[in-house]
Amino acid sequence: MAAELHVELVAADRSVWSGEATLVIARTTSGDIGVMPGHQPLLGVLESGPVTIRTSEGATVVAAVHGGFISFADDKLSLLAEIAELADEIDAQRAERALERAKSDEDGAAERRAEVRLRAVAVR
Amino acid sequence: MGAQLRVYKRRIKSVTATKKITKAMEMIAASRVVKAQRKVQSSTPYATELTRAVTAVATGANDKHPLTTEAENPTRAAVLLLSSDRGLAGAFNSNAIKAAEQLIKRLEGAGREVDVYVVGRRGIAHFNFRERKLAGTWAGFTDEPSYADAKKIGEPLIEAIEKATAEGGVDELHIVYTEFVSMMTQTAVEARLLPLSLDEVAKEAGESDTLRPLYDFEPSAEDVLDALLPRYVESRIYNALLQSSASKHAATRRAMKSATDNAGDLINNLSRLANAARQAEITQEISEIVGGTAALADATAGSDK
Repeated sequence: MAAELHVELVAADRSVWSGEATLVIARTTSGDIGVMPGHQPLLGVLESGPVTIRTSEGATVVAAVHGGFISFADDKLSLLAEIAELADEIDAQRAERALERAKSDEDGAAERRAEVRLRAVAVR
Repeated sequence: MGAQLRVYKRRIKSVTATKKITKAMEMIAASRVVKAQRKVQSSTPYATELTRAVTAVATGANDKHPLTTEAENPTRAAVLLLSSDRGLAGAFNSNAIKAAEQLIKRLEGAGREVDVYVVGRRGIAHFNFRERKLAGTWAGFTDEPSYADAKKIGEPLIEAIEKATAEGGVDELHIVYTEFVSMMTQTAVEARLLPLSLDEVAKEAGESDTLRPLYDFEPSAEDVLDALLPRYVESRIYNALLQSSASKHAATRRAMKSATDNAGDLINNLSRLANAARQAEITQEISEIVGGTAALADATAGSDK
């Protein structure tokens, strides 16, 4: 069995996902980063976007995070985001509607949120 | 029915109605406490992870950040008071307000100008009545605060602390809120949010002087700290809001419970009085009848002669 890392994906008001994984890919402000077990301790600022977690069972978990941080030490990785959702929880149609509404309202923040959701669904 | 008895009956009826209301409020508050407590718990993982990250960066990075360094000569401070929108919660609001007033007095005694920010209608009303200028007020969400509310509150505060003191910024940020200790105990506490004292943060995270790993910062330690600290402040405010709302509901529950108990006692006393009044009325009626018959008997006895 390959080495594993423990992942905690937490939003401000709840814990979204936690479990063992072999690889986590996230987008920091300076580019995509992949973290595998044994990575050097790391603390980075995340961009809004999808985060891909490859679990030790071989499944893939995709989550949309809206800003936040990634921190990794001692094979424990935490993803902190103000808002985070698993791709499975996202209603694609609703996100699309929200995107259109945000575009017509010229609500930049809402538009970005909806886009991130849709990107996460697309990766799934 | 005698007048006295009627008055008692009416009072019993009105107290019974009040009791029903307070009982309902007690039950609503009890269920809300549980919900609020659950929210406090579910916000804890984020707060602990964030605290750990802040300690890691702040101890790992050597550079000084405005949010972590103490001003040499602090002249202005901000105080954020968390009260509630609605009363009927015993001494909940007055305790929090008293704690804030004491803190303000202490800060002013130390020669600082104090900007007061208040959350909750009760606190706002208190300061408005005393004609104190408030730097910022928020109301309408204290029963069920959301993270967005905490963000809204945090924004001007962080802005104020980042501004230079001469331009109306502040050197320190204090927060006064009611800590939820247990169902029976809630205490008004004050804490200094900024500048961050790292020892305290580390203590809170439950990490003693264990060797912390040397982190790699992405993109740089300074940028990470820049992004991290506002989030940290927001999460602390969020946590305080949640604790405060849980405390408020617990205080309401307790206040309503004693109101219900008092109403019960009152009803007992009133029914005893009503019973006594009814008994007195009956006794009086009997003695009137007896007296009447006696007088009648006397009268007929006289006419026979």
